[in-house]
Amino acid sequence: MKLITAVVKPHRLDEIKEALQAFGVQGLTVTEASGYGRQRGHTEVYRGAEYTVDLVPKIRIEVLVEDDDAEQLVDVIVKAARTGKIGDGKVWTLPVETAVRVRTGERGPDAV
Amino acid sequence: MPPGITLAADAPELSAANTGFMLICSALVMLMTPGLAFFYGGMVRVKSTLNMLMMSFISLGIVTVLWVLYGFSLAFGTDHGSLIAWDSDYVGLGNIGLTQLWDGYTVPVYVFAVFQLMFAIITPALISGALADRVKFTAWALFVTLWATIVYFPVAHWVWGTGGWAFELGVIDFAGGTAVHINAGAAALGVILVIGKRVGFKKDPMRPHSLPLVMLGAGLLWFGWFGFNAGSWLGNDDGVGALMFLNTQVATAAAMLSWLVYEKLRHGAFTTLGAASGAVAGLVAITPSGGSCSPLGALAIGAVAGLLCAMAVGLKFRFGYDDSLDVVGVHLVGGIAGSLLVGLFATGGGQSDAKGLFYGGNLDQLGKQAAGVGAVLAYSFLASAVLALLIDKTIGMRVGEDEEVGGIDQVQHAETAYDFSGAGGGTAPRTTTAVPGPQPQSAASSAAKQKTKKVDA
Repeated sequence: MKLITAVVKPHRLDEIKEALQAFGVQGLTVTEASGYGRQRGHTEVYRGAEYTVDLVPKIRIEVLVEDDDAEQLVDVIVKAARTGKIGDGKVWTLPVETAVRVRTGERGPDAV
Repeated sequence: MPPGITLAADAPELSAANTGFMLICSALVMLMTPGLAFFYGGMVRVKSTLNMLMMSFISLGIVTVLWVLYGFSLAFGTDHGSLIAWDSDYVGLGNIGLTQLWDGYTVPVYVFAVFQLMFAIITPALISGALADRVKFTAWALFVTLWATIVYFPVAHWVWGTGGWAFELGVIDFAGGTAVHINAGAAALGVILVIGKRVGFKKDPMRPHSLPLVMLGAGLLWFGWFGFNAGSWLGNDDGVGALMFLNTQVATAAAMLSWLVYEKLRHGAFTTLGAASGAVAGLVAITPSGGSCSPLGALAIGAVAGLLCAMAVGLKFRFGYDDSLDVVGVHLVGGIAGSLLVGLFATGGGQSDAKGLFYGGNLDQLGKQAAGVGAVLAYSFLASAVLALLIDKTIGMRVGEDEEVGGIDQVQHAETAYDFSGAGGGTAPRTTTAVPGPQPQSAASSAAKQKTKKVDA
């Protein structure tokens, strides 16, 4: 199993959700996040005085998937999240040792 | 203040229309001080919002009391040597008949006194914007008391009082460019040079915490300013008040636009703070000039003032003085611009016969305006710096550095502007002890405890 984590622009959430559903993903977790990448946030101007605001709003999407689907799903998310502008975000995967469905006690791939 | 309106050969009679108009104008001007409080309050950080509001509000208390006791007498009593006034009949606002008219006008003395009181209140409040985050509230209250007495009341007499030297010289200051805005702006500069910068000035971000509050405050100022300006003719028998009303709107609009255009070209965005600041700059600039220029002149005066003030607010970073909310940049610069532009744009109609350079006049009026500007600027700057120095050497002007960093609201007012603890769904009921130490249990607190016990069970 793999955990796919994507930190992306908030307004792409709907597109990503739809793309994941079309692929057949059953569930996902979404959290509000803030942070910055290479672009280092943005600048605000108050009466000519400029302030750099480092942490910009993002959303973090987590999806648990089977190993075989992981690579393809990363592509699906990247395609849905991309606007081509700076600050589009990042997607990465991690190996997962185990997963349990709380209601039934199913383990491993059955719990995904 | 303009010379008396004499409508008929006979002495003026009380006009119900003018009296009603002036009472409404006075109420409008009163609203400007809370408006200013919000304009300033939104521009500071969360931790000093209440202090900023209170510095304006306290002026409503202190100056009103002073005005009754001796302020009106010092500003608008009988002239003594062109520098100060006094009239024992005005002390305590006593010995004034209900229908006794202000000399040469159609409104009662009481109406004039209450209208002028509102000007006296807002002027010290204007200064407070330069002192954000760092001044002891007692020191501020003392400063307001002394400043109103030693600076505002005499300067109001110079500019508007019969016999005052600027008034007699022919300096045009319709509604207070010199007496209010240059006076407050120069005072702000004098005080901040004495008390110094905020901790973290030019290093820490000091972004405005609520631009909606700033916009609300600017809107209230704009609204109240119609009373400030249009009321300054003390009646509207001949249309000058209406001209002033129109010019107020025109100049403010032009200044807002010119500030925004400058900002877009220079910094890349049309900001909310820029719109609010530009509007205030326009209001300031039209205050001295609006009774003597045409609407097209008002357009030019507003546009010039918006541009100049937008450029001036950056000066504090260049020269390193911490004019926190740009009182110097907006009120002093805007006031000087408006007062001097009278010398160019006065049409010879309206408030005064004097013509500016652009309307067939010469440089005479500009020279008079410059004399008024220079004298008020120098006197207010010096006197305010000395007052601040005196207070600093006695009770101290500033709060401690740790108190400033921690937040002046908490230390000076035992309050905070916003409660964020309940954000996202409220908090559980808690019993708190308001006063430390042992005390008799009140019925209410024991009831609360019982209730808590029940919940626990």
